[in-house]
Order: sequence, then structure tokens, then C-alpha cells
Amino acid sequence: MSAAIQCRELRKTYDGKIEAVRGLNLEIQTGECFGLLGPNGAGKTTTIEILEGLLEPTSGQVTIFGQTWKENERQLREKLGISLQETRLSEKLTVRETIGLFASFYREPRSPAEVLEQMQLGEKADAWVGKLSGGQRQRLAVATALVGNPKILFLDEPTTGLDPQSRRQLWDIIREFQQAGGTVLLTTHYMDEAERLCDRLAIVDHGQVIAEGTPAELIDRLSGHHMVEFQVSGDCDGSALGAWRALPGVESVRHDNGLVCLNVREPHLTIPVLLDAVTREGKQLLHLTTRQASLEDVFVRLTGRHLREE
Amino acid sequence: MTLAQQTLSTPVPVSSKNSTPRNSRWSGFAHLLGARLRELQREPEVIFWVFGFPVLLALGLGIAFRNKPAEITSIAVVAGPRAQDALSLIQHSSQSSSIRADVVEEQKALQAFRLGKYDLIIVPDGSASFQYRYDPARPESALSRAKVDDALQAGAGRKNPVSTSAIASSEPGSRYIDFLIPGLLGMNLMNSGMWGIGFALVDMRQRKLLKRFVATPMRRSDFLLALTSSRLVLMVIEIGLLLGFGILVFHMRVLGSLFTILLLATIGAVAFGGLGLLTASRAQKLESVSGLMNIVMMPMWIFSGVFFSSERFPAVVQPFIKLLPLTALNDALRATILQGASLSAQFGRLLVLVLWGGISFVLALRWFRWT
Repeated sequence: MSAAIQCRELRKTYDGKIEAVRGLNLEIQTGECFGLLGPNGAGKTTTIEILEGLLEPTSGQVTIFGQTWKENERQLREKLGISLQETRLSEKLTVRETIGLFASFYREPRSPAEVLEQMQLGEKADAWVGKLSGGQRQRLAVATALVGNPKILFLDEPTTGLDPQSRRQLWDIIREFQQAGGTVLLTTHYMDEAERLCDRLAIVDHGQVIAEGTPAELIDRLSGHHMVEFQVSGDCDGSALGAWRALPGVESVRHDNGLVCLNVREPHLTIPVLLDAVTREGKQLLHLTTRQASLEDVFVRLTGRHLREE
Repeated sequence: MTLAQQTLSTPVPVSSKNSTPRNSRWSGFAHLLGARLRELQREPEVIFWVFGFPVLLALGLGIAFRNKPAEITSIAVVAGPRAQDALSLIQHSSQSSSIRADVVEEQKALQAFRLGKYDLIIVPDGSASFQYRYDPARPESALSRAKVDDALQAGAGRKNPVSTSAIASSEPGSRYIDFLIPGLLGMNLMNSGMWGIGFALVDMRQRKLLKRFVATPMRRSDFLLALTSSRLVLMVIEIGLLLGFGILVFHMRVLGSLFTILLLATIGAVAFGGLGLLTASRAQKLESVSGLMNIVMMPMWIFSGVFFSSERFPAVVQPFIKLLPLTALNDALRATILQGASLSAQFGRLLVLVLWGGISFVLALRWFRWT
């Protein structure tokens, strides 16, 4: 496998002061589905637009299939399919005309009709873009990226604002593209999306990669794979976090929305001790759940923030 | 959460070289132009502003300023013992058909004179003379004084020492509508060039569509060329419509060749397209580009002789007015349509247009932001 996308020490500073990207390194292999995960404002869009050759980095290097944007822009454009965040296509053109227009820019495009069928837009082919639902518009946006028969698909928050069914449809399309040998780079702030779709992920915060690996590897970093969340009477500000941290098998502890969250290696050992401790202190257990650790937990652990927060 | 795996019926090959079409060099341009024209055609307000509005304007102004038959003069004769004398003198003159005289109270007469109902008041004084009251600042009032005086003197038996005669002349080519239509043509070329290109570009920039386009292998020059070409297609229809309208409804005579007119209009449309491109080269919002457009176009609406001749402005500013692209275009169109002037006779005007267009394009392409 060779690197499809590579960037080294990428930096982007807006107006000489706002540092959107601060020394970011990525290497994405051919055939991979790679996810950039991070909260709003983490620098995901800036990063992906630099990789797409739409933004000039302040410093750093980008290569796509070993070629730079400066020297091979036209050839690279033929190989890339891009869906930007918030593009509003012309409302008074039909779906078929829109796809036909985008196909006309490429030397060897796919058949527009075939792409529309694949995107389940065949029935809407003669409808004006203005009459489409949000999910259909998003699929059309991805269709405009696929019609050029790309080798790499760039998707910037492809499923934001979609209903669950439209999201799954889009996931299927992305998987299909990947199974046929394509490389995918997507940004998202949905955990489940990243976990399901991506072979590898980079968690981005404040313009830097703070963790990278497969979803399983990232969760492994928590050492304990389980989360125990509980609430006891009289302890709502989490002042006793230190005491909970001292329980056997607890890797880390945090206070989240009135709940105490323990990251534990073996819940069957920790929970009895936890119950004993609660009774010993004469308190009441108001709530207790356990679950598998998720990427969200990894993210909170690394940044102290939730993904969806600003 | 259940994972609803929706399997799609057809597996899709990433590349199927045999069945895929190979696009030619110009397919992008052709599709861009086609898409733009279809978009315009589906926008009813565009059809109105580009085609309906200029024709309606020409019709309205053509009717309002049509050459009327000899003007009827309304005058007041202040009621009194000698009012009847004045009336009968006027009635006996050869001008009686074009003078309408009312006998009214002095106060009422003054009131109506101020409101413009009467052009002149005749005040008979005690003796045998009449006094005229008129406003020298109102052309029709001054005219009325001369006419009524002539009628009174003639009615009273004046003999003309020299005999004269006159022939009426109002040929097509010298009327207001003949002046107006080339001006409207020029104004329309400016409006549609500036708005059609500038506004459309900022709209696409705001919608991130420009960014989406440059993310494809689309040639940027093809895009701008297609946008300009779509305006040229509209331009041909516009010219046909306005000139055809002038010829059919107002019996306008076109002396210059259609080819010269089209060539001039094309140069004008491209020049204003360049100006539109420049105005829109960096603006991110429709509101800001609207303001800029108005600042650029306002002086030309006023000074460039659309509705009245630019010669009316003081001589000091004439050199500047002549350098405005719309003045050059309007003057060139008028000279060609009304006087049949040849292209070579209009070198200066063409140069003004080409310079405006050329410099605008060069600057616009340097500053243009696709994102």
C-alpha cells in the first residue's frame, strides 16, 4: 500500500493571528477510509480544504499520490471527488442537469444516469434541485463528487443535519466506494459514524492531531474498556472524585453532568467495592449503569470536552 | 441500536473504461453555457427585467413624449367690461383654433396660473390696451405670450409687411423616441452586463458554488467565458426586441447596418461584463456587491445620455462624461442607428469601450476570489 494523501507540519494562520491548524501530520493509505474527528472549530475543515488544494497552507507540505498541488493541479483534480460543507447547488437546474454539468468537467467521467441510480436519485432525475429534501440534496452533493470517477473521495461533514435513515444510506455509499478500491477522507463530529465507517481516525483538537489509530486502538488507549456511571445522594458536585479514583481497577474518573464516570478495567471487581463504599458512608445510590467505552470517552479523556461542544 | 444494512442492488465498478464517455475540450464550456441559459430561462423575473422592462419603458416614454399636434394654449382673460373685446379679437385671428380662452375672476385666474392651468393671463386695463401677465421662466408661457399677442394684433387688423409661409417637418430620426431607443439599448447592455455577471458571480460565491466548481478540473476561463457568452445570447435577443419594437411601433428608421450595431453591442456587453466582473471580484455578500454596482452605475445613468442628451451638462465636465463607457456606447449606437455612421468613424468611442473592458478584465482576473 502506498500513501494516497500525505501532509507534514501543516500550518494555517488566518490574518496573521488566528491559528486554525498548528503543525498537523497525516498519512492516509490507498483504499483506506480515514476520519478526521474533532469538535467544531478544531480545524477539520481548514485541514481538509488544504488537502483538497482549495486553501494555501501557511507552511507545510501536502502530497496526493506523491504529487504536489502546485505542479499537478489539473491531473490531481481529475482524481478527486469533493463534497464541501454547505454548497448550495443551483436550485433551478434539475438533478440530471446538475450531474451532467459536473460530469462535463472531467475527462473520463462515469455515466451520470448510473451514478444517479446508485445514489437512489433516479426517480428525482427530472426534479429541480430546489425541490429536494435535505437528505436528497446531500446525496446529490456526493453524487457530484462521484461522477468524476475519483480515486479519492473527500467528504466534509457529509451527514450533518441528516435523519438517521439518510445517514445510513450515505454510509452504504461510502462503503461501496471503498470496496471498489477508493480512498475516503471524511470529517465528522459523530462518534458512531467514525466508529462504523473509518478504518483509521485522527482526533483533531486546536489544530493538532492529539490521537491517531483504528477506532479499537483508540479505545484501547483508555486501558479500561468499560465505563461505570453512577450518582449518589449528597454528592452532586463531584468533590469526592479522589476517593472514587482510589477504588481498585479504576483507570480514570471524571464528573459529567451530575454523574460520576469511572473508566474501569474489570467492572465485576470494581462494582462490589463501589457499592460497599457507598453503604459505608451512609449514602444512597441513585443511579448506576455500565457500558462499553466509546470514542466519545476517548475524546473526553484527551481533551476534557465533549465533541459536540463548541 | 440496530444496524440496518441496506444493500444496494447493483455493485458499481470504480472504472468501466469501455462504456464511459470521454469528454472533449469544450464539453465543460458547453454544459456551463447550457446550464446558465436554462437557469435564466427558468427565472421569470429575469425575462421581465431583461426583455419586458426596456420595451415597456420605451413604450411609456415614447407615448409621453410623442410629437403632439400644434400645442393648444390655455389662457385666462380677467373678467371686466373689455374681456369680450379680447375674446372676439382672438376669435377673428387665424390662431383661434390653437388658443383656448376662459373669462375668469382676477383672483381665480392668478391662482390657476400659479398651478400651471393657464399659460398666460390677459388683464384688460381701463383704456384701449391689454396687459399680459406671464412667466418668462416657463417656455410655454413665453411662447403663449408671443402667440396671443400675434393673434390680438392680427385680429385687430394688423397687416404683415412681409409675406411668409412654413412647412411642418417631423421626420422619423429626429424625434424623442429615436433618441431614446439607442439610449435604452445602451443602458440595458450596462444593466445586464453588470448585474448579470457581477450579481450572478457573487451569488455563486456566497453559495460556495464557485469553490465547488474550482474543486473539479473545470477550466476557470471556460467558466467566465460561458458566463459572458450567456449574456451575449441574451443581448442579441434584447437588441432584436428593442429595435424591432421601435421599428414596428414607432416607425423608427435604422440607418446603420445590423452587423455594425451587433458588433458595437457586443463590444459594449463585453466591456460592461468586465466591469461587472471587477466589481464582483472580491465581494462576499450580495448586499455589498449591490452597493458597489450602484456606485459604479449611478454616474452613467445620470451623465451618459440615456434619457436626455449628455450635451446639456456644462462644458467643463464634458471630457469626463465622454470617457464614461456608457457615454461612448450610447453615442456610438446613436451615430450608427440614427445617422448610419461607419465603425471607422467611431474609433475614439470604441477605444474608450475596449480600454474599460480590457483594463477591467485584467484587474478582475488578478483580484478574483473563487472561494
